[in-house]
Amino acid sequence: MKIQNIKYIALSLCLGLLFTQCKDDDDNGNVIEQASCDDGIMNGDEEGVDCGGSCVSCFDLLDFSGTYRQEDIMGRPGINTVFSGSGTVKDMFNTSLVSDRASFQPIFQNTLEAYHDVYGDALGVSLDYEANILGLDAATFTTVLAQFDALQVAPNAQTTYFDPNTGLALTGRTLADDVIDISLILMFGGNDGARFDGNNGTPQLTSDGVGPGDRDFTLPFPYLESPVQ
Amino acid sequence: MKKTKFYGLLAVVALGVFSVVLIAADHIDSPAVAGTAVDIADLYAFEGSNPDNTVFIATIQGPLTPGAVTENAIFDENVLIEFNIDNTGDFVEDLVIQAIRRDSVMYFFGPYAPAEVGMNSTINRDNLAGQVEISGIDETITSNNNGMSFYAGPRRDAFYFDFNQFNLVVSGAAAPEGFLPSGQASDFFVGLNVMAVVVEVPNSMLGTAPAHVAGAVGINGLPDAYNVWVTTKRKQ
Repeated sequence: MKIQNIKYIALSLCLGLLFTQCKDDDDNGNVIEQASCDDGIMNGDEEGVDCGGSCVSCFDLLDFSGTYRQEDIMGRPGINTVFSGSGTVKDMFNTSLVSDRASFQPIFQNTLEAYHDVYGDALGVSLDYEANILGLDAATFTTVLAQFDALQVAPNAQTTYFDPNTGLALTGRTLADDVIDISLILMFGGNDGARFDGNNGTPQLTSDGVGPGDRDFTLPFPYLESPVQ
Repeated sequence: MKKTKFYGLLAVVALGVFSVVLIAADHIDSPAVAGTAVDIADLYAFEGSNPDNTVFIATIQGPLTPGAVTENAIFDENVLIEFNIDNTGDFVEDLVIQAIRRDSVMYFFGPYAPAEVGMNSTINRDNLAGQVEISGIDETITSNNNGMSFYAGPRRDAFYFDFNQFNLVVSGAAAPEGFLPSGQASDFFVGLNVMAVVVEVPNSMLGTAPAHVAGAVGINGLPDAYNVWVTTKRKQ
C-alpha cells in the first residue's frame, strides 16, 4: 500500500472517531448539564454570555464605576458657537458650569457688537446693537445668554423656543422651532424685530432663509426621522 | 468702527477659520471636542405626545454623512451623556438623567439627585431607569419602563441652517447683503445624520418647576419652567 493511501485511511478513521464522539443520541440531556455560568459562551437559559436566567443578572456584571468629567455642554442653541468668538473661549465655555459664567458676558457683548461693526463698515455707517424685541439692551441680553444658558422647559404649558402665533417664548425647544431665525431676530432685529430684514437696503440678518424643508416633525416616539440612507 | 474692534474681529475670524469651528447649533463647536464622541450637536426639550410627559433629545457626533460614516458611528462606552434639570432656579442640577452604552445596549439612569454636581459625575446604578438596544441605520428599536420611553441610535438631523452662508456672514465676506433670500439659501444639514439619545419622562418625576428665569430681567408672565442643559462627560 502506498504511503499516501495509508494517510487517507488514518484521516478517515480520525474523522470517524471525532463524529462518533460528538454524537449525542442517548437523550441524557448532557448538553444542558454542561452549560455553566463561567464557560464563556451563552448557553442554557442565559440571556447573555454567562449571565441572566439561572446565572447572575447581566446588569450586575456591568461596570458603571468611576468619575466622568465634563467635556461639552449645551443649553440654548448656538450660544457657544455664535458668541464665544475664538476656539480658546469655546473650549473654556464647554468646560465651565452654567452657574459660573459671569466672565463670558463681556466677551459675548464684544462679539455681538463686532458682528454689527462688520456691517457698519461695509455700509460706511456707524452701527451698534439696538435693544431687541424683548427690550433687552446689549449688556442685559448678553448677560441672559452667558449666565442663564439653559433651555427653559415648562411642564404645564406649550413648549416652544418662540411661537410667532401665540407670542410665547423660551418654554422649550421643539424639533420644528426655527431657532436660527429667532436668534438672529434677537441679535439683529432691533426693537421691532425687523431692523435688518433685507428690506429698504438693509442687510438680511434676521433670517438665514431656510426652513425645515421636507423634514417630518409629526412622528411618534422617538420623534426624529430615520437616518438619511 | 474702532480699529481695535476691527482687529479683534479679524482675530476672531482667523481663529474661526483656522479651527473650522463656525457651525451651529452646537455642532463641532470647539477645537477640543470637534469630531469626537463627546461633541454635542443639539439639545431639544418639549412636551411629548402624552402632554403629561417631557421629551429630552441630545444629538451628538454630527454631522454624519449617510452611508458608511453613519453606519460606523458608535456611542463611546467611556462617554456619559447627561441631561441636567434645575428645578429650583439656581442653575445647579437637582436631577440628572444619564445615558451610557455597554456593548449593544444604552442604559438610562434617573431622573435622580446626583451625589455630586458640577464638572464631575458618577453613576448610581441603583437608579437604573431602563435600557434599549441601540438601533442600526435601518431599524427603530424603542423600549418603555415605568412610564419612561427610550431610544438610542442614528437619526436624521432635525436642525436646519444655511451654515455656509453663516460663515460668510460672520466673517464679513457676505457684507453688506447678509444671508440669502429663501430659494437661494441652502440648508447645510438637510441630508445629514446625527447620533441621538431620546428619553421621554413623566413630568411627575421632575419635581415642581421654578419661576421662569426671564423674570430676572424684567420679562414677566412666562410660565414656570425648569432650566435644562446637556453635558457629555468622559471617564477619567
